[in-house]
Amino acid sequence: MSASGPSRRFARFPVARAVAWRMIHNFLTNPAFLIPSLIFPLFFFTAFAGGLSTISKVPDFGFPTGYTAFQFVFVLLQSAAFGGVFTGFSVAMDFESGFARRLLLAAPRRGGIVVGYALAALTRALLTWILLTVVALLAGMRIDGSGVDLFGLFGLALIVNVAATLWATGVAMRIRSIQGGPLMQIPVFLILFLAPVYVPLKLLTGWIHAVASINPATALLEAGRGFISGSPTVVALAFAVALGLVFLFALWARGGLRRAEASP
Amino acid sequence: MRRTPLFTQVGHLARRSVLRTLRQPAQIVPALIFPLFLLAVNTGGLQKATRIPGFPTHSYLTFALAIPFIQGALFSVMNSGTDLARDIESGFLNRLALTPLRGPALLAGLLAGAIVLALIQAVTYLLVGLAAGADLAAGFPGVLVIVALSVLITLGFGGIGLFAALRTGSGEAVQGLFPLFFVSLFLSSMALPRNLIHTTWFRDVATYNPVSYLIEAIRSLLITGWDAKALALGFGIAAAIAVLAMVAASHALRTRLVRT
Repeated sequence: MSASGPSRRFARFPVARAVAWRMIHNFLTNPAFLIPSLIFPLFFFTAFAGGLSTISKVPDFGFPTGYTAFQFVFVLLQSAAFGGVFTGFSVAMDFESGFARRLLLAAPRRGGIVVGYALAALTRALLTWILLTVVALLAGMRIDGSGVDLFGLFGLALIVNVAATLWATGVAMRIRSIQGGPLMQIPVFLILFLAPVYVPLKLLTGWIHAVASINPATALLEAGRGFISGSPTVVALAFAVALGLVFLFALWARGGLRRAEASP
Repeated sequence: MRRTPLFTQVGHLARRSVLRTLRQPAQIVPALIFPLFLLAVNTGGLQKATRIPGFPTHSYLTFALAIPFIQGALFSVMNSGTDLARDIESGFLNRLALTPLRGPALLAGLLAGAIVLALIQAVTYLLVGLAAGADLAAGFPGVLVIVALSVLITLGFGGIGLFAALRTGSGEAVQGLFPLFFVSLFLSSMALPRNLIHTTWFRDVATYNPVSYLIEAIRSLLITGWDAKALALGFGIAAAIAVLAMVAASHALRTRLVRT
């Protein structure tokens, strides 16, 4: 029996809560899901901040807050994006196991399913960020930004996480198989690594400078690094890019949901 | 009944392994494209690192060209291991166990596909790198040594893939090894020479990490020419990994066939 009237309007929230709770429960109780999503950002942070710290000695590097903080921002945004992608994997696995089909039949408002997946992705990302920040501070990371700046930095990461979740969910609901994994992952990987990962934009050379200059992820990274160093830069552009991606990928995910509903 | 010679047994399995690899673009394309993509990104991003006093070359491309050979070998772990795991899962290995096939023939044959892929990778990386402007201080003989070392490294890493597949019988478990190897690559002298890594613990890890010496052996041929110490360390470590992996894989094969 489906809900009607006002109860139908609000039926989305119990669905979202139930889907989110199931995902979070699975994530927290299964080491195969929990450990990689916590370990990988730490590993990238360690490898980049530890192994490449000498790079900050290059003339004109110009980031006095230090290389650890410089890489922290990249790893934070990377974990935000990949947290969303991993959620897409879970959606695809739910379709493979048949659980998502039953969910589509049972949910009075199916939009709540996508909202639930997004809430779970945010919770996963928050756990990762807490651990990453603690490790970075223990490793001696300097923060020159104020509380408001840090709010801006984590707010930006949060929006990136939502955008990536919507992107990956849209793919997962169209392909409905874990074989769609590379399609969720590779574009995110390309966009992130074609940005100024190791050095500021002005120190990039050749074709990668040209690509990074028009890559939307560059604005996200520059704004994030501006926040942590206490010199906010390209803030409006970065938030416009992030919110624009959320809007676009919300339409993409909605289309995916319609495709999943219409599939035999 | 006359037993089929070992060489013939290896030949049949090798042919199957090579054809199986060549017929799976999903194995070949990422193994060629992914390392070259990272090479391009790292070269563009870290070119300015050559301005650090003491950096051994003015071209970061030359410095970084050694990395794809190791990344390519990592793919051989996945490919050889996943193929064997699939044979176990599908029951093909059980059927092979009913034949008079010898264990060493099985292992050697299974690695043939990975070795052919390693040859394709080594030649591709060198051609792309040299075309993009990398130096090769050791000249043409250096090309042969790089290809030989690359094949030896692939043999070792591929053997680890076979061992994992035989121990676990699961393609998923073999896939789980990839991050572990990826970590060992990143915690090496991949991005900077060890003497220029200022973070002490990272430099120590890179010094104890055998992957550093595999990279440095190939890098020595590109940057300095003929460095006997670097080559001896590189070939020695690669040979040791190959021997250990094959011994472990043979042992695991015996155990699995007994279970079968």
